[in-house]
Amino acid sequence: MSGPIDGDPRPAHAPARSFAERAARESYGRLLAVLAAPTHDLAGAEDALADAFERALTRWPGDGVPRDPDGWLLTVARNRQRDRWRSAAARTSVPFDDAVHDVVAPDGTVPPLRDRRLELLLVCAHPEINRSVHAALMLNTVLGYTAGQIGHAFAIPGGTMAARLVRAKRRIRERELPFAIPGVDELPTRIAPVLEAIYAAYSIEWPRVDRAHRALLLGLGEVLTEVAPDSAEAHGLVAVMALSSARLPARTDGHGRFVPLPEQDPARWDPDLISRAHEHLRSAHRLGEVGRFQLEAAISAVHCARPPGRAPDWLTLRPLHEALQAVAPTLGGAVAVSAVVAEIDGPAAGLARLDGVVGAERFQPAWVTRAHLLDRLGRGGEAAAAFDKAITLTVDPAERRHLQERLAAVDRS
Amino acid sequence: MRYALLINNAEPAPGEIPAQAIDEMKAAIRAYTDALQAAGVLVAAEILASPTATQTVTRRDGDLRVQEGPFAETREALAGVFVLDVADHDAAMAWAEKLPATQYAVVEVRRSVLSCVDGVWSD
Repeated sequence: MSGPIDGDPRPAHAPARSFAERAARESYGRLLAVLAAPTHDLAGAEDALADAFERALTRWPGDGVPRDPDGWLLTVARNRQRDRWRSAAARTSVPFDDAVHDVVAPDGTVPPLRDRRLELLLVCAHPEINRSVHAALMLNTVLGYTAGQIGHAFAIPGGTMAARLVRAKRRIRERELPFAIPGVDELPTRIAPVLEAIYAAYSIEWPRVDRAHRALLLGLGEVLTEVAPDSAEAHGLVAVMALSSARLPARTDGHGRFVPLPEQDPARWDPDLISRAHEHLRSAHRLGEVGRFQLEAAISAVHCARPPGRAPDWLTLRPLHEALQAVAPTLGGAVAVSAVVAEIDGPAAGLARLDGVVGAERFQPAWVTRAHLLDRLGRGGEAAAAFDKAITLTVDPAERRHLQERLAAVDRS
Repeated sequence: MRYALLINNAEPAPGEIPAQAIDEMKAAIRAYTDALQAAGVLVAAEILASPTATQTVTRRDGDLRVQEGPFAETREALAGVFVLDVADHDAAMAWAEKLPATQYAVVEVRRSVLSCVDGVWSD
């Protein structure tokens, strides 16, 4: 092995193995981004980094942990990369480009480590990469999760996930997709697909995703706010994911039955996640740029501010929902506006609003809202028919049971 | 109304899919069938053996002919079928969208025009 390995190791009794393992967790994405950026070769950088970690595990217990473990790992990995390029150059006569491949300064020192994880995130969400793999690729490269772990969290076979990741990495290398941070003006539009990818992966509702899945993506969101602290929407995204995760424990009762948001017991919401969300919302607010995720988070925060047994603050919710529809119109958002209007102006006004929603015929939440409003208007027969339709479109067993109970309670006289 | 969800995919090579991946997909399908069962819409589900372990039978040209293997020359072949009894086409689509096999296969949604239930044909 060559390269400037730290000559002043710590005492040999340092817990080298656990230290290397912690370094692996904390530094993985940081180091991978630095290694892959000049070459676009993620898979090659992963191999080199894996070699470096393996070497650390054999060397550190005897030699002691170096003073700059990240620098040590990076240097070993770079040497490994260089060995491969040199042998490739010898075999194929491809000119070896020192400017690209040799990043150790002429005096033999390692330049300070620049955090290139934002570039890595941007490459993972590049339009040339299939959208369905964006978030998985970020989890794999930035946080170092294996295809098996990600596949498990996404309820996709590990082998399928591995194949998708390999294809995506090959594409980054073949197309030489840039590891670059755009100018300040362009940054929000470039970060947008990163946010979308994380949120889309977070919002997958079938096959039923577990808490581990949400925790992974929440962690990825936290990394994003670390590397792009001036992106108000990144803070908004973490806030909305944290608030929705905070309410998960209250979403079903002790018998596994679905509990709709207005009937949930606030005591079962996670206060730590709620306060974390509020910190991110404050950070976003300081940046003074309102966007879709902040509005969704604000709506969620108003719901989470409801005292036990009390209705949420509908008057505050209405302008937030309307602003959200103006910024990022969705079918779900349009139905939500109808529901809020019904709470403020009465069920007839809500129903009129719902009638104007285009494309709601096959949309399960629209039928649930319609059934609920018809029931409140005393139109029992129509309410029952709408509940029936909502039930046929429901694929979640807990929610189905809830709707069947609601249907049974409808007064059809 | 009865609908068939027809799963079409390429036959994987032996050993191509790791055992763990197969177990994970089995668990996903199990959860899906549990949800179908809970909804009371599952009539039957069959996962079919490889197209290479297939015989074809025809009397189309007058004589009985039995042959080894399928005629289809497409790479993808029918690999499984779910039969659902649901209220309407929208409901069939809602379930088809959630079928775990959509991750590796193309799923056709087709309505049954005639069904034989308990030995009686009806439309």
